[in-house]
Amino acid sequence: MRTILFLLQKEFLQVARNRAMLAIIFVMPIVQLLVLANAATFEVRSTPVSLVDLDQSTTSRQLVEKLQASGYFEVVTSAFSVAEAEDALLRSDATLVLHIPPAFEQDLRRTGTGRLQLIFDAQDGATAGVTQGYFTSILAQFNRDIQADFLTTDRLQQAAATTPPSRIDVIPAYWYNPDLNYQTFMVPGILVLLVTMIGTFLSAMNVVREKEIGTIEQLNVTPIRKYQFVIGKLLPFLLIALFELAFGLVIARIVFHVPLLGNLALVFGLAFVYLLAMLGFGLWISTVTETQQQAMFIAWFVMVVFILMSGLFTPIESMPGWAQKLTLVNPVAYFITIMRRVLLKGADFWAVQFEFWALTAYAVVMLTLAVGRYRKVST
Amino acid sequence: MSIIEVNDLTRMFGSFTAVDHISFSVEAGEILGFLGANGAGKTTAMRMLTGLLEPTSGEATVSGFDVYTQPEKIKQTIGYMSQRFSLYEDLTVAENIRFYGGIYGLSRRAIKEKTTALLARLDLSHARDLRIAALPLGWRQKLAFSVALLHDPRVLFLDEPTGGVDPITRRQFWDLIYETAGRGITVFVTTHYMDEAEYCDRVSIMVDGKIEALGTPAALKTQFAAASMDEVFVRLARA
Repeated sequence: MRTILFLLQKEFLQVARNRAMLAIIFVMPIVQLLVLANAATFEVRSTPVSLVDLDQSTTSRQLVEKLQASGYFEVVTSAFSVAEAEDALLRSDATLVLHIPPAFEQDLRRTGTGRLQLIFDAQDGATAGVTQGYFTSILAQFNRDIQADFLTTDRLQQAAATTPPSRIDVIPAYWYNPDLNYQTFMVPGILVLLVTMIGTFLSAMNVVREKEIGTIEQLNVTPIRKYQFVIGKLLPFLLIALFELAFGLVIARIVFHVPLLGNLALVFGLAFVYLLAMLGFGLWISTVTETQQQAMFIAWFVMVVFILMSGLFTPIESMPGWAQKLTLVNPVAYFITIMRRVLLKGADFWAVQFEFWALTAYAVVMLTLAVGRYRKVST
Repeated sequence: MSIIEVNDLTRMFGSFTAVDHISFSVEAGEILGFLGANGAGKTTAMRMLTGLLEPTSGEATVSGFDVYTQPEKIKQTIGYMSQRFSLYEDLTVAENIRFYGGIYGLSRRAIKEKTTALLARLDLSHARDLRIAALPLGWRQKLAFSVALLHDPRVLFLDEPTGGVDPITRRQFWDLIYETAGRGITVFVTTHYMDEAEYCDRVSIMVDGKIEALGTPAALKTQFAAASMDEVFVRLARA
């Protein structure tokens, strides 16, 4: 026990002496949360539109006004032919061409059907899809408005007066995030990113650094026990990562007003298990590599895959089947699920038990590997 | 029983034999110089005796403990200073001493007393709160030497301790070694410098993993009809 205390004291002194490390510990959470939570959003605002209004009627102008007023669309150029508008698309001045053909209003009044053409820059299919969704819902609203407008002047007026148009209204209730606030959804996930990067990188770099400077051999020639060494190497980074989590939760609460519904003791308890898994992984990397460069490269490669496939940015449900199966071995995905459920839905332990056991198994495997690889006596 | 007993000790790396059936023994308080060209197997032999590397075959005991079965027991009774630097550069002199003292299980009070005494002996009391990075190489080496003795080991292993230091510091370093041996501590030292070989009680010269010569400097010079240890070494290495 005393030996571990001496190791802890030494590790904390070394962290405190390292200016770059201090900057990472205190600046990274703020930057990640403030920048990522605000930047990582699926809302697509102010889509630049190249407008080809060949109708120039009241109805076409009303439609364009309505689109602009929504804030989701912004007419950046007006063209007089589709070909000209396509140029704007090619030059990336606009990402959407709205083509209103001649006699749009006339057709609408005469036949009840008007035709519009939308051309998307669909390099990013998701963005194009989201934009189309906005457009469709604005158009549906517009449809209702002009129907009412036309009916008052139309010869169908009489018939309509006796049988009012039947409508089914859907009034959705958005549970757990009533304002559909994207930041509320993103912040718990970004907190996971934060503790993961801090924990994994610090532990992955640590032992290999002692290998590089040669002090590991001096430690190996002392009677220090394996378990003392491993605890002395894991505990400092575990504490730092938990501190990061607390720090991040405070920012989430104060700056983003994220509801922290769940039991915070449960959050920290689960974070403890998760960190054992990730720190064990970092330590294992540290034992199989010889230089900090190698350790960094491996840690980085694995982290990128884990994070991109964690459901943080893209929903796991929309991944292909094989990729969904891969998330079963992704600890980051489990912890993001846990954080979202516990923080946003106020889930209790039983609601995240499966994730808890998966992380526990992960922690056991990683720590066993790491301890097994660390050898005081080379063979 | 001698403090170090080695019998037919061998270490292979794949098909390469780094240490080839070496046998010798060292008595308490003796200074044994371990000489050899680069790659002759000196460091490999020392790593086996300090419990850092498992031997392939043969027998060896240090302080009466077996290198195969009791490496951790050996570690409590030996001090080790490697050619690679062993102190933490981002910690101060006092913090380094406290850390290694703590790892060896010294009490806080003992650590404090030893720190004061050690710094006074090395004339480094003023540097107590300086970071190691700020110290010149010679001071660091002397400090690393003293830290290796913190827990009063019975055997001190030095792996090329004077590499890269100036002649004056080397002399001071050898004064420290003599003082240590005078207290009954066995010193096992590898070196490249032939003048240092003359300071040892006995010298072993390794060539290609084998011990080709072992004896007092005077006896070796007679045996090889040479004027200096340098000549002895060159004859053996060329043979």
